[in-house]
Amino acid sequence: MNFIIKWIDTFGSYLMLMKRVIGRPECWKMFGRQFLRDIFQLGVNSIPIVLIISFFIGAVICIQMKLNIESPWMPKIVVGYATREIMLLEFSSSIMCLILAGKVGSNITSEIGTMRVTQQIDALEIMGVNSANFLILPKISALVTFIPILVIFSIISGIGGSYAICYATQIMTPEDLTCGLQYCFIPWYIGCSIIKAIFFAFIIASVASFFGYRVEGGSIEVGKASTNAVVSCSVLILFADIVLTQLLMQ
Amino acid sequence: MIQLEGISKNFGKQVVLNDINATFENGKTNLIIGQSGAGKTVLLKCIVGLLNPDKGKVLYDGRNILALNKKERLLLRREMGMLFQNAALFDSMSVFENVMFPLEMFSDMTYKEKEERALSCLERVNLLNARHKSPEELSGGMQKRAAIARAIALKPKYLFCDEPNSGLDPQTSLIIDELIHDITNELHITTIVNTHDMNSVMGIGDHIIFLSGGRLEWQGNKDNILDSDSKYLNDFLFSSDLLRKVKERESMKRTGVQ
Repeated sequence: MNFIIKWIDTFGSYLMLMKRVIGRPECWKMFGRQFLRDIFQLGVNSIPIVLIISFFIGAVICIQMKLNIESPWMPKIVVGYATREIMLLEFSSSIMCLILAGKVGSNITSEIGTMRVTQQIDALEIMGVNSANFLILPKISALVTFIPILVIFSIISGIGGSYAICYATQIMTPEDLTCGLQYCFIPWYIGCSIIKAIFFAFIIASVASFFGYRVEGGSIEVGKASTNAVVSCSVLILFADIVLTQLLMQ
Repeated sequence: MIQLEGISKNFGKQVVLNDINATFENGKTNLIIGQSGAGKTVLLKCIVGLLNPDKGKVLYDGRNILALNKKERLLLRREMGMLFQNAALFDSMSVFENVMFPLEMFSDMTYKEKEERALSCLERVNLLNARHKSPEELSGGMQKRAAIARAIALKPKYLFCDEPNSGLDPQTSLIIDELIHDITNELHITTIVNTHDMNSVMGIGDHIIFLSGGRLEWQGNKDNILDSDSKYLNDFLFSSDLLRKVKERESMKRTGVQ
């Protein structure tokens, strides 16, 4: 019972914080500056890890498909087809966002949490700045803008990885892989990935900011808040994935 | 002028502030002193509106901050400057950007005018040469001076300082105290300093209130604080060896004269 009350209390606090966050920025120039800083810090700096992970996962999926479902009864296109569907529908949107929840989410929570414990947020409030809007809105905007771009990079890199493994190990011909990748392609699936990524980006930025914003205490609490933020973001992304997949793919 | 009328604050069953009444006048450096846990920081937070008291009024030139709506409170806050205990400079910005921040957020001046104002504030606190440094490159005293420059950038009517001397050596503390006192006189603003530094008390205390156990135990100024009859205040003051020796010497002089 206590757990439910605590959960409702936390959710209410989250909604109240979002009410303060969502609104017109007080100074567009400062918002633009923060937005660009967050795009680089949270988005552009994540490009290498997205490319590397997606490349290797694309390659591994290709190998696993080839080794595990190879059969005289299976057409050759299956490997390419399955690799594309896995990358497009789940890995590049959902799993990549889970990875980004760890990297970006903990970054956001620790940054805002440290600002809280060093009284920088109090300093903003005393100046008459809506600190929630000033700090969190640019982060939400930056991630909602940039994570879909990272998803596209991830899809391209994953498919690049599967081609690379075909060339490097000769487990199958690149032509067979191409056939599979092109087989029954539905462009809407790219739209699904991007829509899912937008929702997940909002979850990562808003939940991580919420945990950072309400830190009380010192460095240990900042660390705990970062961990809680990553766990909560991951659970919410997985839950949202079920709902969105059901809604978008029906 | 800031007036406190019957400020009370409890945390659960613990009474932190009990019916505090005081007036802080313009152009004076007003000090809130007391032992750790006496309620100084809670009182300062109630005054600036970071905490809401359970009872009482905080009047800024007649405007009760607690009765203002959100928009009016934001506007009032733009008339305030605050120096935090650990300076609270924005670590993602340089010293110059920190001072420019309130100007960029709220000022209608042109960029050149804002730049000139920020530079004049930095010059006032003698930090012009450190303007391109980031906060972590500055010493504790320099960080405090940078925070003062940021606090006065918008020419506030009210300046609040929370433990401005904590973590500073006596000489640097003196510089910070003098800076706060001079700025108060120059701008004719209402300054409230929360401290337990005895050098500050004796140096810049134009008006002093002493809190003990959440109650206002004594108020006066630096000239009459040593002659107080309050047991709690005397215990607090003369726990400092320096003041105890000064007091003893004065008593001996008086005895000698008699």
